[in-house]
Amino acid sequence: MDTIFAPATAPGRAGVAIIRVSGPAADDSLDVLGVTKLPVFRQAAVRKIFTTDGLLDEALVLRFAANHSFTGEPVTELHVHGSEAVLAKVISILADIPGYRMAEAGEFTHRALHNNRMDLTQVEALADLIDAQTEAQRKLAASGFSGEFTKQIETWRSNLLRAAALTEATIDFADEDIPEDVMPEVTQILDLLIDEFRSEIDHAQYAERVRDGFVVAIVGAPNVGKSTLLNRIAGRQAAITSDIAGTTRDIIEVKLDLGGLPVTLLDTAGLRETDDVVETIGVDLAIERARLADIRLFLGDAGVFKDDLYIDGDLEVIAKADLGQNTGSLAISGLTGEGMDAVLDQIVDRLHGRYPGEGTATRYRHQRALCDGSKGLAEAVYLLKSGEVEAELIAQNIRSAISALDSLVGRIGVEDLLGEIFSSFCIGK
Amino acid sequence: MKHQDFDVVVIGGGHAGCDAAHAAARLGARTALVTLRRSDLGVMSCNPAIGGLGKGHLVREIDALDGLMGRAADMAGIQFRLLNRKKGPAVQGPRTQADRKLYRCAMTSLIVDTPNLTVIEGEVSDLDIEGASISGVYLSDGSHISASSIILTTGTFLRGVVHIGDVSYSAGRMGDNPSIALADRIRELGLPMGRLKTGTPPRLDGRTIKWDQLGRQPADAEPVMFSFLSKAPIAQQISCGITYTNEATHEIIRANLDRSSMYGGYIEGVGPRYCPSIEDKIVRFADKEAHQIFLEPEGLDDHTVYPNGISTSLPEDVQWDYVRSIIGLDQVEILQPGYAIEYDYIDPRVLGTDLQLRGVKGFFLAGQINGTTGYEEAAAQGLVAGLNAALYARSEPAAVFSRRDSYIGVMIDDLVTQGVTEPYRMFTSRAEYRLSLRADNADQRLTPIGRDIGCVGESRWRQFESKLNELNRTTGRLSRFSVTSRQLQAEGVRVNVDGPRRTGLEALSLPHCSFETLVDIGFDNTDVSRETSDQVERDALYAQYLDRQESDAQNLQKDEDVSIPASFDFSALSGLSNELKSKLRIAHPTSLGQAGRIQGMTPAALTLILSHLKRVERRSA
Repeated sequence: MDTIFAPATAPGRAGVAIIRVSGPAADDSLDVLGVTKLPVFRQAAVRKIFTTDGLLDEALVLRFAANHSFTGEPVTELHVHGSEAVLAKVISILADIPGYRMAEAGEFTHRALHNNRMDLTQVEALADLIDAQTEAQRKLAASGFSGEFTKQIETWRSNLLRAAALTEATIDFADEDIPEDVMPEVTQILDLLIDEFRSEIDHAQYAERVRDGFVVAIVGAPNVGKSTLLNRIAGRQAAITSDIAGTTRDIIEVKLDLGGLPVTLLDTAGLRETDDVVETIGVDLAIERARLADIRLFLGDAGVFKDDLYIDGDLEVIAKADLGQNTGSLAISGLTGEGMDAVLDQIVDRLHGRYPGEGTATRYRHQRALCDGSKGLAEAVYLLKSGEVEAELIAQNIRSAISALDSLVGRIGVEDLLGEIFSSFCIGK
Repeated sequence: MKHQDFDVVVIGGGHAGCDAAHAAARLGARTALVTLRRSDLGVMSCNPAIGGLGKGHLVREIDALDGLMGRAADMAGIQFRLLNRKKGPAVQGPRTQADRKLYRCAMTSLIVDTPNLTVIEGEVSDLDIEGASISGVYLSDGSHISASSIILTTGTFLRGVVHIGDVSYSAGRMGDNPSIALADRIRELGLPMGRLKTGTPPRLDGRTIKWDQLGRQPADAEPVMFSFLSKAPIAQQISCGITYTNEATHEIIRANLDRSSMYGGYIEGVGPRYCPSIEDKIVRFADKEAHQIFLEPEGLDDHTVYPNGISTSLPEDVQWDYVRSIIGLDQVEILQPGYAIEYDYIDPRVLGTDLQLRGVKGFFLAGQINGTTGYEEAAAQGLVAGLNAALYARSEPAAVFSRRDSYIGVMIDDLVTQGVTEPYRMFTSRAEYRLSLRADNADQRLTPIGRDIGCVGESRWRQFESKLNELNRTTGRLSRFSVTSRQLQAEGVRVNVDGPRRTGLEALSLPHCSFETLVDIGFDNTDVSRETSDQVERDALYAQYLDRQESDAQNLQKDEDVSIPASFDFSALSGLSNELKSKLRIAHPTSLGQAGRIQGMTPAALTLILSHLKRVERRSA
């Protein structure tokens, strides 16, 4: 098997750059770089590294034995100074070592998976962890990375196997002395699982949003100060503001970390009937995007908000509080910043309020598999409760639920899974 | 080409041997069946019954391929019962008590009447193996029989040991050198082996049973036969008796546990979990107050009774005590004490899906020697080995059955990929495509396949064709027959009145809609036999599920289509546990799907195999 290598840190000038080498010949890299005294496993050591014609850099060197490394193979890490020239030189030297090659996208993780260092859901979570930008994203990824979802799946699976076994016993051992009626226990198991699947599906939907980001759209009549508010929250001049109604035509997006949640704030064209062709397009776009947003923040005068875009949970905010319109409800001033914190707190509270409690499923893939599983379970329970005990059909439905779970941890459809999972990987992770 | 005495030689005349020899002969191979005694053909050494759940499916499939077991069972059946009659057709299993003597006679006459098949009375003492292929056998009289293919179906003869309590002796023919030589030769092949055990109950004298004190289990009023060619039972139908163990029985057994071969530590082999001895039942299910026993007559003019449910390895005197503590048996005479038998089996993972040893070309194994139990499992393997031995002799490609087309395919795939940890028995739950692999449609699934292979004879084919024509004609008409929801509702079918119009076929898949319902609505049934209408109903019943099953199957098929070349070196895969590596090396799966069914296989290991396959592909591309 080839030994692979790649920079593990982002490109560009930095204090330190790390090159990771994994494979049976990982130690050759040190030999070729002129390191005569190999560091002890899992102990950092400073070593001078050389090109054929002289000193290259002074590096921190780390070695991991196969049974203690991320990939499950011997791994060597070179922490060199973060100069692009140094990095380029090290890479070119490594590339010339026989049996060495640059890692393909996701290849380190691939090897970790092959060597049983991680399972599929953990690989997904690792990708999430590396991509995590906010606290909520980090927490979600960390729970997946620790293998909680896998454990949950295994528990479900063993419950389903119990239900399947009870059902199968009534079929295959019909001519023997088996316990009287096992169906109440089967029903009980399946009912419980349907509930648990349901709450995990909710969680996966939420998690999907946490990863992709929530959307909050500021909507309102022209010239109520939507862009001023957006700029205030963004802390910069993201949108052009003026006294002229209809200044904003396009959708302006600002990405924010609100209380750990990734939120995209949208500034939209003011909603009004207009003859201006460009502005009409802007208004239509505003309405469409506002509909899709998680929360609509209606900005304007008191009592004018409830139009057909309004959904329970949306925010009504009275604009231009600095002009003395403060009537005691939620009011802000984009100019002075008055009431801003209260509004942001409201947004965070409402988004958090949609969090369905504890859960470990985080992806659309998880959600889909659990939906498939639920369908089988619901049908089995329907058959059980309709009183016509068609054991072979109940068993068939339980089987389809089990195979839905199996697809989550990759027992079947291996190739599809891999494509899906590894498509989100880039080199060196 | 060198002259051969035969194309195929079958060693052993049990259930595997008979169906193997007959299958090879059906393909036109010159076949010899070598058995110790002509009178041993088709002997039922254990329970005098054929079929059951899963097993009944196997018998139907053997019959659909024109094999013997179903026909012989129909000639010898004395208590036909369809198990799971109240459940759906996918899980119904035909079963019968069989008259031991009638069965043996039926099997013997079927074998003797077979063209291309020669029965040789004799004992095989050695195999003619050179290098990696076999070319004949030696008999104990020193003669040699040459053949392209050899099928070994010798059951439990490898290191067989019988245990009755603390007494044990070598099974078969003690001091019989030729037999030992054959066993030695097989051991020299260095094949991986394991040890299994199985138990039998004491045989009782039916004349000393107080039948009037017992419950009775009659035969079905409408018997369901095994063979698609049979119409009705030939032999007189009888009832079995039912009785139960009681606290006194359990007390006697508990007090003597240390004298049981198994609990006394005399047995190392692994017994089947689904067929525990009475000692096992009492220890493991201590809170159960009574265990059911079926008293099964072994024949119409035979007073031997087989008490199903109390197999044992307790000493003879304890057997007398506990049997006589049972209601109806207080004066019973034991004709032959129960015993446990331990034997070596060859790990079937060394076989290909054609049941040929990977390491010795032309050498096939079938039956109990592969770690299975049961007449039906043995016969089904015999059939597969017989067909493939004949095909191999003609240098034609193997006949392989898959998990999607048959229980036979399920069993063979299980054996060659998973191996066995206890005597392997068929269950319907082993078949993931259970709803389509029904006993009633075994002919629809397999007879055309058998016809292609060449093992289905003319008369069966003609009968099948006419049945299929009638079936197709009727389903064709049903798919053009249209019913409204209102009509269905009027006939008591639970549907939404505003629902769509349906074809007759679609309507049949609704609960409570029978063929009769459609006739009441106006479907013309003048040319439809009861047989056909029943079959149409059964085919329609699972229609909705079959569509879904089909899409699942297609998903799985992707993995089945990724083939693993015979040259693939599993031991070169770094990153696999040694345990998994050795499982892969032994079973040598031929597809990724098959690899995935190996026990303990992890997703990570599968991806590893897949990526290595890809790498090999890339390199050769």
